[in-house]
Amino acid sequence: MRAWWTLTRRELAGFFLSLSGYIIIAAAVFMMGYSFVVLLVKLQQEPTPMPVTEVFYNTQFFWLIVILTTPMITMRLFALEKFSGTFETLMTTPVSDLQVVLAKFTAAMVFYTVMWLPLLPCLFVVQHYTHDPAAFDPGTAASTFLGILLLGSLLISLGCCASALTRSQVIAAMISLAFGAGVFMLAWIADQLPAPVTWQGHVLASFTLFDQMHDFVRGVVDTRPVVLLGSLTLFFLFLTLRVVESRRWK
Amino acid sequence: MIEVANLTKRYAGRTAVSDVSFTVGRGEIVGLLGPNGAGKSTTMRILSCYLAATSGTVRIAGLDVFRQSDEVRRRIGYMPENNPLHLEMRVREYLKFRARLKGLSRKRSRERVDVVTEQCGLTDVSRRIIGQLSKGYRQRVGLADALVHEPELIILDEPTIGLDPNQIRSVRQLIKGLGKSHTVLISTHILPEAEVTCNRVVIMYDGKILAADTPENLQRLMSSNSQVIAEIAAPQAELRECWIQMPEVEQFDVSASEGDYFRCALTPRVGLDLRPRIFDMVRERGWPMRELTRSRHSLEDIYVRVTRPDEEDEG
Repeated sequence: MRAWWTLTRRELAGFFLSLSGYIIIAAAVFMMGYSFVVLLVKLQQEPTPMPVTEVFYNTQFFWLIVILTTPMITMRLFALEKFSGTFETLMTTPVSDLQVVLAKFTAAMVFYTVMWLPLLPCLFVVQHYTHDPAAFDPGTAASTFLGILLLGSLLISLGCCASALTRSQVIAAMISLAFGAGVFMLAWIADQLPAPVTWQGHVLASFTLFDQMHDFVRGVVDTRPVVLLGSLTLFFLFLTLRVVESRRWK
Repeated sequence: MIEVANLTKRYAGRTAVSDVSFTVGRGEIVGLLGPNGAGKSTTMRILSCYLAATSGTVRIAGLDVFRQSDEVRRRIGYMPENNPLHLEMRVREYLKFRARLKGLSRKRSRERVDVVTEQCGLTDVSRRIIGQLSKGYRQRVGLADALVHEPELIILDEPTIGLDPNQIRSVRQLIKGLGKSHTVLISTHILPEAEVTCNRVVIMYDGKILAADTPENLQRLMSSNSQVIAEIAAPQAELRECWIQMPEVEQFDVSASEGDYFRCALTPRVGLDLRPRIFDMVRERGWPMRELTRSRHSLEDIYVRVTRPDEEDEG
């Protein structure tokens, strides 16, 4: 536990002491800000009863931010340490592989959450200028963040796994970007399909991340996507752990 | 302290370490000597629980490195080759982080960081960023890291590589000092280094152990028939005649040098030191001599020598 906490703090320091961390946050904030520009223009043209978070989700910037930033966040986790050799000094201290994987995942999740926090002031701004108290509903904001975090945890665990596979940050980023895009494509295909009849269809239909995220941003928390995304995250963390352990059985 | 028995490590298609056995006693400073690719680093990585062996057993302080890896890692201070560090951290911050990782309490880690900072001569730079330090200082940071949790065994992989002579000297001093209270295993490919710092040397070549002995014994073994170089000003024909007459000389080679001098490379018969004989001879004849040296064996010669019997067996 102590090692986990020490490592998590160290990883977070790595994010916030390097320029790359701020560049990622700046890029995310830029996209968020731009999406709100688009959103406000839309709202001026036609008022809508939808929650602001849902309007934001409909601008499509949401997916762009999630899919583009997660590989940037995760690429350094293992690949950088393997490249610089500090992975060896790390793994020869009495910390377990599980502690290392969990610490890196936690740090990436914390950074990802911090990166998304500017969404809150954006919502406040809309509420402030529209003078509509319904524009910012804490419940909807919370469920939106839950959705963001769950989707992020899936992509970050995927990125951890990709980063553990290689010494090159670029390759790690490429792999996780490809997988992230793959998840997006799968969700898109699932979305396009007619109502499922076969069991394969049912399996694929459970991947309709678009609908699931749509629920979250509307303030609906369905347990099915929570379980799906949570268990997928656990699965990829398990894979990461295996990859990290693999140096001992190669 | 260390017991290695029949250790073998195979990577895909390549055997890095093959059937290696050696022991290191408590309080010894032992040098693993060998050229690049001899399997030194692999052996050290297995000892430090980073890699697992393909076969064979390694015990450290009686604990198996594979099964009781956590316990073993608590007892080891390991500095890998090229001494990787988090360059963006400050020295003190880094050492504290490492101490905490190695399971020291907050208070204890503060105390230990103070001690090793002092011990490794880092007091002046403890607030500096590691990336801005010279290589010598970085090496000391690596050493301080290896020492911070008071390990029983310290494993250092090429601790002096890439340092200037002054830095090398200070790092060696430091390592020698460690030998008083710790068991130390260092790897190097420089023979004099092993000579200066180690009580015992294990020579590795191509994944196998060729010899293990004290540096003095190895040196004696190697220098028993090492070449002697003499630069003498004398007629060439007479010089040749002298060498032929001298029964101790097995082979010789005379070549012209600057001025009137001739450079003679002489190989003695096994076990003889030619230098007193040559000195007596030039004194008798009154020839001026400006150099008389016995070539010290480089590590390479030792490999050649130790590997030669095998080749003859095969041939």
